[in-house]
Amino acid sequence: MTTATRRSRPLNVISVIVRRPASAVAVGFVLLLVFLAVAGPLVSPHDPEVQDLGNRFAGLSSTHLLGTDEFGRDVTSRIIQAARIAVTAPLISVGVALLIGLPLGLWAGLRRGVVDAVAGRLADTILSLPALVGALAIVAVLGPGLVNAMLAVGIIFAPGLFRVVRGATLAVAEETFVESAVAIGSSTRRTLWVHILPNIAAPLLVQVTILMGVALLAEASLSFIGLGVQPPDASWGSMLKAAYTNQFDSPFSVVPSGVAMVLTVLAFNTIGDSIRDAVGLRRRT
Amino acid sequence: MSPRMIIRRLGGSLLVLWLVSILTFLLVQLIPGDPAEVIAGENATVAEVARIRTELGLDKPVLEQYFNWFTGVLHGDLGHSLSTNRSVVSTIAEAAPATLVITTMALLVAVVIGVSAGVAAGLTQGSWVDRAVSTLATLGIAMPSFWLAMVLVSLFALTNPWLPATGYVDIREGFGVWLSHVVLPATALGLATAAELARHTRGCVADVLTRPYVRTARARGASGAWLVRKHILRNSAIPVVTVLGLQAGRLFGGVIVVEAVFGISGLGSLAINSVLQRNYPMIQGYVLLSAVIVVLINLIVDLAYGWINPKVRTA
Repeated sequence: MTTATRRSRPLNVISVIVRRPASAVAVGFVLLLVFLAVAGPLVSPHDPEVQDLGNRFAGLSSTHLLGTDEFGRDVTSRIIQAARIAVTAPLISVGVALLIGLPLGLWAGLRRGVVDAVAGRLADTILSLPALVGALAIVAVLGPGLVNAMLAVGIIFAPGLFRVVRGATLAVAEETFVESAVAIGSSTRRTLWVHILPNIAAPLLVQVTILMGVALLAEASLSFIGLGVQPPDASWGSMLKAAYTNQFDSPFSVVPSGVAMVLTVLAFNTIGDSIRDAVGLRRRT
Repeated sequence: MSPRMIIRRLGGSLLVLWLVSILTFLLVQLIPGDPAEVIAGENATVAEVARIRTELGLDKPVLEQYFNWFTGVLHGDLGHSLSTNRSVVSTIAEAAPATLVITTMALLVAVVIGVSAGVAAGLTQGSWVDRAVSTLATLGIAMPSFWLAMVLVSLFALTNPWLPATGYVDIREGFGVWLSHVVLPATALGLATAAELARHTRGCVADVLTRPYVRTARARGASGAWLVRKHILRNSAIPVVTVLGLQAGRLFGGVIVVEAVFGISGLGSLAINSVLQRNYPMIQGYVLLSAVIVVLINLIVDLAYGWINPKVRTA
């Protein structure tokens, strides 16, 4: 899918990303999101749980910047509260995918053999299912809930990540410095860790960034159909579900959480694209 | 494609489908704890648990269970729904038309909008058209289809009551009514794919434009329209068809949530309810069907290469 054509130092990558206006804004946005996830309760204008039933579906005002929801709760505060899940949910999925896909991909790329054959076939099989269908099937086994849903999404991501890592490892493994390292007796673990991993970091990072956005969309989809976040917890996806139920009373209510989600995915995609360009990888096609 | 390649490709597809059948079968085996107890629910009596255990054959050795189940699958028997006791195959057959129609229409929306926008952008690189297409495509890719669906409902069904907000009507009840129910879900589902296709088509067209044969054709005085049809579209088609194949599977997943927004009782709603009710035979049937559809689409895409590009036929 992607091939490394030029190697670059991490510092160069960072400077290229920050120098581009679009990706600098995207990085700023993600940092803001992380800040809200950590310090949300401190900056939140209202208590996100407090109901005010006399003030349902209030419009935009200076007290309620984004209005109130079906229980009269402040939408701004709830968006901020849900930022925590917007950060943690993709981390769970991408973490699981890395945990499965990275070691298998490295091993399969360097040593080939049985691991490569078996993992490759398994990857083909899982990839033959639409992602959401596969996630649904795994949730059916594990049971609904945010953590289970994100585990399922992570398992579905793993084959794709495996392929990227394997492909990149195959390319690097043919380089002279790897061959000579193996020739002078470098162990497989050392070869993978010291020689190959740093050289496949770029395509890996691109993939991980883009998967963060996809995972957020998957979380929202699964929460929307009731298999992800369970009440009283709130994610942007579950807020959208509530907004959808009340769409006749308050058409605007689908806007805030939806926009928050689109901006976040956009930020991840922009960062991913910038890293790709910065390290001279071919554009995702 | 040579017959030998086609046979090899078919063999590969069958192998993947067989592996999917094993994974699907294992869904029930992998349930933590005693599957029969989990499926029966917390308030089930011992007799009910025992009934489910015999009904699903869970009291037999695993290999025998798989063999029995797989023989059933090959004979078109996927068992019975645990909630309605109707055959899984007929329940799926009932729900499938709505889903397939909406997915196909979404694909149509994606191709028409995506390819034309991509060609327009690719031919006018650097213009405002190109920039507008790129911006919209970037946005479209980041937008979840079910949110787009809600926004479309809000705009075109609630604020302006032009189109129905929910439901699906069979085409036999009239083309107009059918179309009015299909437009919004198909658009919501198809736009993200259109964005992906537009980006991709633009890249391909831009790439083909730099090729020597296009320069030669231009030097020989080929007109713009002829050039686009004869050289550019044809040579851009292969990567675009590949993306389309990948996206078809994505649409089939995305339709689950779009159906939920529009209250359409298709395969997606069936799947969601089956997961919530732990109706495993239904889930297994649904997963198998999805795999068959995706594998078939990929097979068709591969065969289409040979038709689009004669160079691949001999490869």
